[in-house]
Amino acid sequence: MASSIRVRATSNGDITEVQVLIQHPMDNGFMKDAKGELIPAHFIQELKFECNGKDVFVADWGTAVSKDPYVKFSFKGAKKGDDLKISWTDNKGGSDTTTAKIA
Amino acid sequence: MTTTTGPGPLATRRLILQGAASVALIGLGNLPFAPVRAAANDKYPEEAFKQKSEADAIKALYGKTAEPSDKIKLDAPEIAENGGVVPISVTTTLDKVTSISFFVAENPSALAASYKIPDGTVPSVANRLKMAKTTNVTAIVEADGKLYSATKEVKVTVGGCGG
Repeated sequence: MASSIRVRATSNGDITEVQVLIQHPMDNGFMKDAKGELIPAHFIQELKFECNGKDVFVADWGTAVSKDPYVKFSFKGAKKGDDLKISWTDNKGGSDTTTAKIA
Repeated sequence: MTTTTGPGPLATRRLILQGAASVALIGLGNLPFAPVRAAANDKYPEEAFKQKSEADAIKALYGKTAEPSDKIKLDAPEIAENGGVVPISVTTTLDKVTSISFFVAENPSALAASYKIPDGTVPSVANRLKMAKTTNVTAIVEADGKLYSATKEVKVTVGGCGG
């Protein structure tokens, strides 16, 4: 299966800017399906970015994060060609991991 | 810091942690649970995400209160056509930022997202949140052990929490 994580990490020398788009329903447990039954909550809880063996950004999410979440941040200390590892886990034990090269 | 990413080991670790917490609670004779922990803590702040009001959520997450600061720039739309996807971003000129959190006051649970900002990461985050209705959005920045906040009202035309 294709990765649920799409990432763009670009370095401008000093600072690396990271943009991530993750495919995930982020169901908050309040919505009903076509039959009028509640869709149980299903959302990403933890999202982690590692670069050169160090956490550079960690997100704890609740149900109020939009469907197919997007997040953008920047960090220092990386250069072009370095690996950025992204991983998430959700409240149902699902997870995904991907590694991106910083461009 | 563990580098485990698989669901199995992580879930197990959480179970063990929860188990340990409940054992500790029983041991204390069911004292009121006071989840006062720093946001820099490694664990997912389950309790803080369960709190309904913004004040309770801030207390559960950080264990202290915030003061307004003009060094935080909270970017949110004046009017959100679709409460399901509201782009919100925060940047700050404060020093020694360790975490940034987003609260939506009128949502079923106020805490929306909490980000740890390790040393070397720029204290600036953009993300998209759901909003139930017209309400205040608050960004809390933890810098040098203190809490600072910025608030902005967003008018929501169609809510993002069903119903």
